Parts: sequence; C-alpha cells; structure tokens
Amino acid sequence: MQPALRPVRSGPEGRRPLPRSAARPAALPVAGGSPHRDRAGLVLSIEGLSLAFGGTVAFAEIDLAVGAGEIHAVIGPNGAGKSSLINAVTGLYAPQAGRVRIGAEAFARVPAGRLAALGVARTFQNLALFAGLSVRDNVLSGLAAARRAGLGAQILGLPAARREALAHRDAAEAVIGRLGLGAVADRPAGRLPYGLQKRVELGRALVARPRLLLLDEPMAGMTATEKAEMTGFIRAARETSGAAIVLIEHDIGVVMRLSDRVTVLDHGRRIATGTPAQVQADPAVIAAYLGLADEDADAEAA
Amino acid sequence: MDALPLAAPRPRPSAGVLGLAALLVLAYGIVPLTGTSYLFEALLTPFLALALAGLGLNLLTGYAGLLSLGSAAFMAVGAYAAFNLSLRLPFLPLPAAILLGGLVAALAGLVAGLPALRLRGFYLAVSTLAVQFFVAWALNRIGWISNDSPSGIITAPGLVVAGLSFDDPRGRYLFSLSVVTLLTVLAWRLVASPTGRNLVAIRDNETAARLVGVKVARTKLLAFAVSSFVIGIAGALWAFAYLRTVEPAGFNLDRSFQILFIVIIGGLGTLRGAFLGAGFIAVLPLLLSRLGAAVLGDGFDSGTLEMVQRMVLGALIVAVLIREPAGLAALLDRAGRRLGRRAA
Repeated sequence: MQPALRPVRSGPEGRRPLPRSAARPAALPVAGGSPHRDRAGLVLSIEGLSLAFGGTVAFAEIDLAVGAGEIHAVIGPNGAGKSSLINAVTGLYAPQAGRVRIGAEAFARVPAGRLAALGVARTFQNLALFAGLSVRDNVLSGLAAARRAGLGAQILGLPAARREALAHRDAAEAVIGRLGLGAVADRPAGRLPYGLQKRVELGRALVARPRLLLLDEPMAGMTATEKAEMTGFIRAARETSGAAIVLIEHDIGVVMRLSDRVTVLDHGRRIATGTPAQVQADPAVIAAYLGLADEDADAEAA
Repeated sequence: MDALPLAAPRPRPSAGVLGLAALLVLAYGIVPLTGTSYLFEALLTPFLALALAGLGLNLLTGYAGLLSLGSAAFMAVGAYAAFNLSLRLPFLPLPAAILLGGLVAALAGLVAGLPALRLRGFYLAVSTLAVQFFVAWALNRIGWISNDSPSGIITAPGLVVAGLSFDDPRGRYLFSLSVVTLLTVLAWRLVASPTGRNLVAIRDNETAARLVGVKVARTKLLAFAVSSFVIGIAGALWAFAYLRTVEPAGFNLDRSFQILFIVIIGGLGTLRGAFLGAGFIAVLPLLLSRLGAAVLGDGFDSGTLEMVQRMVLGALIVAVLIREPAGLAALLDRAGRRLGRRAA
C-alpha cells in the first residue's frame, strides 16, 4: 500500500495547525531519544520484555517508555512482534523475561482482569466487539470495571444503581456523540460496516477515560476518509483526556503525522526509538524497511 | 448533573409494552373466566412451567452462551427440594418452600457451573450431562430424598397459599401464571441491567470482556446460579402445580433436550423466545393430536396418529429454523416490522 517511508508532510492532515488545548500536559516528552527517561512521569514502561512461543521468538529485550499525553507509535514489518507486544502488555501473553510498569505498579505478567482498573484500555487488530450488543451497550461495557452497584440493587432499581446507570449512560452518550455514532447507537454492533465497528471499539476503550490506550492497527482496512477521521479521533482523545497512547499502525504516513515518538521493531528486536524525523533518518530503519519492502508487498497482496 | 437522577426520562410505552399488557389482561382476566379444565390442566399449566424452564436456560445458554444439557436435573432438584422442605418443615408456607427449592437448585447450579470456568462449548455441555446423570442416580438411589417411596415417586402437597386454596385446575393455572410473571419480570430486569450486559459480553467475546473489567468467572457462576434457580422453580411448578405426582424419570435427558429445543426454536437470547418455544414444543403437539383425532375420527389408530403428529412437528421445526435461524422471536419481529411498514 504505502511505499516504505515517505516525507512527513504528505497530506493536508499534516499541514493543519494542531489545536493544543490546555488539557494537554505541558511537559510533553516530544524530544529525547533514550527510552530510559525519568520514571516518574511515565504511564507505561516496558523493561527488557521478552516473549517466545516454544522456540519462536515473538520479541526480545524490548524497552519502551510512554509518558502521559504522548502518542507513541510502534511500527515494523509484518511479524515484527508488534501485536504480541501489545498482547503481553495487556496480560494475554505471559512474557518469559522483563517487566511491564503501568503507572506505579510493576508486573512480570500483567493481570488482564485488573487492566481496566489500572486505567488501561485497548482495541484489537481483529475486531473484538460484543456483536450481539447494541453500539451503546458496547460502549457502556467499557465501564464494566467502574460499576459499583450490586446485582440486587440493579434489579430492584435502587437509587444508587440508577444514579450510576445514568452517569454511565451520560458518559457513553458523550463518547458516542464525539465519535459520530449517534445514528447507529441502537443497532447491534456486529451488523455495522467494518470502519464503524473499529470506531465502536475505540469508543468502548475511550469511555472509561483510560490513562493508557493501546490501539492495535486502528486503521487497518479503512478507506482514506475513514483513516483521516480515525486520526482525528485519536488526536482528540489525547487532547481531551491526556491519555498516553501506544499505536500500532502500518500506514507510515499516518504514523509520521500522528505520533510524538516512534519505536521500530524488526524481527522481534527494537532497532530504533525517536521522533518521527529521527526514526525516518535512521539507517537501521531504512535498511529494515527497504530490505523487506518486497516481501512486505507480497504479504499484503496475499 | 443538575437534573434529579431519579427523574430519568422513561421510555414511552411502545407497541411491545401494550401487547404485553393485553397479554396479561387475557391471561389473568379472560382465560380464567372462559377456560375449561382441559385447557388449564393439559395445556396452560405445563406450558407455563416449561416456558419458565426455557426462560431459565435462556439466561444461561442464550445470554451467557454457556451450553447446558442439565436443565431437567435442575428441575428435579427444585421439585424434590421443595417437596422435602414442605414435608420436613411443615410450618413452612408453600411459597417459601418453593422459593427455597429454587435456591437449592441455584446451589446445585453453582457447583455444576464450576467446570465452566475451564470448559466451553460442547465440552461444557458434556460436563452438565454428568450433572444430569448424577441427579437421576441420586434420586433413584437415595431413598431419603423421596421419603422412601418406591421408585422415587413423590406426591406434592396441596397448593394452599395463606389459607387460600389453589387446588383446582384454574387455581393451579393462576398460581403458575403468577410465579412465571414474577420471575419473568425479574429476568427482564436482569438482562436489561449492566450485569445482563456482562453476560452477553462474555458470550460474544470473553477476552474483550475480561479486559474491560468484567469479572468473567464470577459472572459465569452467577449465570449458572440464576439460571438454575429459575429452572428449579419451574421444576417445582411442574411437580406441584402440573403433575402433582412425579417420578425421577420425568426429569430425564429427554426433558433437558426438550427445554434446550424450546430455547433454540423460540430464539436464543430473547425472553419471549422461551414462551414462543414452549408454545411450539409443548402445546402444538397436543393441538395437532386433537386436530388429527377430530379430522380422522376416533377409529384411526392412535399410534399412527402420534407418529404422523411427530413428523409434522419435526417438519415444522426444520421449516422454522431454515426460515429464521434466530428462532420464532426473530420471525415474529420481522412479521411485526412488515405489518408496521404496511400500516404506515
């Protein structure tokens, strides 16, 4: 689809001046090449993380640090270990070595069931919506961890449960409105077109106002228009909530426009981290991409 | 939020709500006045008990996506527990005995649900099959459960609530109707609640459900407990209001399958489905056989008639499922929409 690496300012998206709201933290770590910055401001810090399935190494000795309000892209050729990394950070895979720090807590294996309570939300490369639930209920389900009312209170409609349900509904409606899903809010999510389903998944992740948002190819298979919209949503999510965002994306143009920092994986190894401009100029990155460009094209054609 | 949270805008009464109200007026007002004993005893009371069992299974299989073949076992637990409670604690009012019977069934469901934490799909179904066989074995082997009656047959006490006797066909129907209405309202509240949403979330994508913070293990066990509670009460109705004399063989695997078919034909994941399915599976055969007898006359061989009736029913099941795999509830929805379009 995309030629390996392209100049940063390619589309109209890139030229538009970004509205910088006050919600965005002042100390945005845009510059700086080393992943080992001071730990205090970090939302996510991956330290020497390694994962192998049997003899197959998914990734090895990965270091990655993401601060609040930062959009950090993870790119690399197919099979570089990007999705496995996200799955390890969300506790779906158990890494063999290293740690994952989320906020103040460090884990050898992240407890998937506690993830939402830790302020982490994610989307999936292949959709993982609740197909039988309406769009609204899908978004509401993103607040499952924030629910306090017990079953009895819910069934009897006690005031506390109703207040909570109403507050959650308001939060969901706000997200549905922001993402332009109002017209389909009552439709079953599984019956929507692919691009909208991706958007619903983003909504489910955003509704809990996570501190850390992990987006696994949020724009895969989308049209150019849908990609531009999704880019806007992701940027707006950062502006309004100040969340740290880890973004896996194949479209290099999008990555360069959207991210503050980029980490490049190749064959499960981190080969570069830096600003988009730094990464683009990195000889190792160029070699990895150019060297694999043909195979990449084959893989995508298949 | 400035607005008082309790003053939430209530949804306007839709056609569905009005239809439901009309149905209740019919069931409580018109049917008891005009119905015959045959209608109450042979059609409506078993229909209500089976619909309630279907409702309970639908919470588990339709909403939470956990396949169970042990429904009849939970019916039996509910029935025999209510029987024992009313027998051994005579001071217990009948509704309390039935309620506690349901709770015993819920407990059994909780235990039966433990494998669901590790198994799913057909493997889970097989593990619930073990419950089915274990309960049948226990009822036949442990005499205490049936008060040492031969072959486990129990005779239910009379239906007397607060000095009011419901011990005639119409009374038994009204008693069943009230229990079913109450539990249906509770089930509706459950599936409309955030917990009900969690059930569907687990069914549709367990990994995503866990990551958004649904307590998967707890929710699965809850589904088993609530479902078994409802099915247990249905079993108590089956024993106390419908048959009044029950044996363990009445709660065999055939019954479990019957309830599963009710749910599938009626529509998985809908509350109406249980009632539609129960009407189809339990009432239609009786109507067919009456129709057959009326058309062909009494001289016709009853065995042949029954076979023909089964074939017709089977053909109808296949036809419905081909036309609408989501069951009668979806079929009804579509017909309603078409009607609405034509009216508009």
